[in-house]
Amino acid sequence: MAVVALRMLFGDRAKYLGLVFGVAFATLLVTQQGGMFVGLMTRTASVIEDVREADIWVMDPQALYIDTVRALRDTDLGRVRGVPGVAWAVPFYKASAPVKTLDGRIDNALLLGLDDATLIGVSHDVKLGRVEDLRQPDAIAIDEAGYLRLWPGEKLRLGRELELNDHRAMVVAITGASAAFTANIIIHTPYTRALDYLPQGRDTLSFVLARAAPGQTPAAVARAIAARTGLQALSSADFRWKTIDYYLAKTGIPISFGLVIVLGVVVGIAIVGLTFNMFVAENLRQYGALKAMGLSDLRLVGLVLLQGTVVGLMGFGIGLGLAASFFEFATQPPGALRGFSLPWWVAAGDAGLTALIVLLAMFASLRRVLVLDPAIVFR
Amino acid sequence: MAIAVDCHDVTKAFGTGDARVQALRGVTFAAAAGEMTLLVGPSGCGKTTLISAIAGMLTPDAGSIAVFGADLRKLSRGKLTAFRAKSVGFVFQQFNLLPALTATENASIPLRILGASAGEANRRAAVLLDRLGLAAHRDRFPDQLSGGQQQRVAIARALVHEPQLVVCDEPTASLDAQSGQAAMALLRDLAVRADRAVIVVTHDSRIFSFADRIAHMADGRIENVSIQDAEAA
Repeated sequence: MAVVALRMLFGDRAKYLGLVFGVAFATLLVTQQGGMFVGLMTRTASVIEDVREADIWVMDPQALYIDTVRALRDTDLGRVRGVPGVAWAVPFYKASAPVKTLDGRIDNALLLGLDDATLIGVSHDVKLGRVEDLRQPDAIAIDEAGYLRLWPGEKLRLGRELELNDHRAMVVAITGASAAFTANIIIHTPYTRALDYLPQGRDTLSFVLARAAPGQTPAAVARAIAARTGLQALSSADFRWKTIDYYLAKTGIPISFGLVIVLGVVVGIAIVGLTFNMFVAENLRQYGALKAMGLSDLRLVGLVLLQGTVVGLMGFGIGLGLAASFFEFATQPPGALRGFSLPWWVAAGDAGLTALIVLLAMFASLRRVLVLDPAIVFR
Repeated sequence: MAIAVDCHDVTKAFGTGDARVQALRGVTFAAAAGEMTLLVGPSGCGKTTLISAIAGMLTPDAGSIAVFGADLRKLSRGKLTAFRAKSVGFVFQQFNLLPALTATENASIPLRILGASAGEANRRAAVLLDRLGLAAHRDRFPDQLSGGQQQRVAIARALVHEPQLVVCDEPTASLDAQSGQAAMALLRDLAVRADRAVIVVTHDSRIFSFADRIAHMADGRIENVSIQDAEAA
């Protein structure tokens, strides 16, 4: 009887396409917005994720997230190094800096100052050049997307010059640093040179990056640092979530995206529900005839569920394909959405939502079929 | 003559209070195997209610109905469904063919409901359609067939699983006179067998000649039953 159910479904082409469109539309909206939301939240903590060597971040006790930088005293670096369980600790500088190309194009960059000796914190994804060359005078590393923003359409090339806060800087490496939330250009340079580019007051140390000694957990060492120094110390994972939680709780981003996702679900249920209801209503005599001829309620429900499942799978496949295509094409550097992606678990979650949409949309229709009096065929 | 359908003092009412309608008022009626029985009477006299009850689609308020010895009162809802699937063939006034299925597929539905494979069901349906003169139309969809051809597909669907009881609701109402006569001739030729009863609800006096027995209904009761020599098919 499955073939009969499918032939009934495909036979009414207009409604079949309407049903598939409804599911595909809802899937596209929910998946695309879900992926964007996840990408945006991930971007807020991208600087933390890019620093792979360190597993502990030490900062001002009042710091709420990575972008609330209140400088530590230079002596705090030594204090952190003295805490048992700390394998090593290095300074890390983070600030915003104006950049200007020689032909006058201006933008804003995120300037990250790395420990002079070890260059810990530099992006591991190097597209062109060598990060070791950062030790040359005026040397900086710029991310690929930032490069393409400053020199659009031009091939990646080392040795280019730009002004960083009115100071000369020369590109010696081009990286694939993750996109940041607050700037479109990511520049890495040694710590002391970063201070030269952006001279500030007495205290300049944004963060101390540290690593737990072998056998120690980052969380335990972070607690020890906090206890010994009075500073705030968090494992990289905890600091990443603290930053994301800040944006979730203190900005309108989740509400905005959440509303669109809810809208997608509601519109999906409405379109699919109404269309499926019309489909069932118009086929009610056919269902009644099948019931009269001895098709049990269970098998009849099975037929309707099969029809809904096919519609759901087709719509979900199309919607997911469109969303995946969006992320494939719209997130290439130097686009504003670079780095955004569609995590598998967002797609999986949307599959669950799609199933919910189809089930809710079919619920009323299923009831009509179940209470259908087979004697309708004699009326 | 073996009794195929035995209704005894069957009553059925719909609605409550002022809206209550007494559709059947103690109907006692029998249909024999090997015969075609017509249920005739004016609109609203209870013909459709009675045929629905006999086919196991409606539970009477009181009285008993036995079909080939099976007391329908004692069958659960699931067993009634299985009874309809196995033992009853239906011919509906509006044919109720599935528009997305071909003639063969439509005729094969009862066999598929009983669990036959699509191939076997289609093969048996095709044989019957050939006997009904539809060999050239087996792969056509309902909207590509005339009313008479659609009714022949419906007859094939009613008989394909060889049920003991065939119930027909106004089988000629949607057909012109000539097609109606032809459909009844085919129905009589193929459906009436010694081990099967055929009950036809109709207004159409032009087909009375095909009946072995005619039960006249009025106001929810059987008024009289006449026996006649059926027209040769």
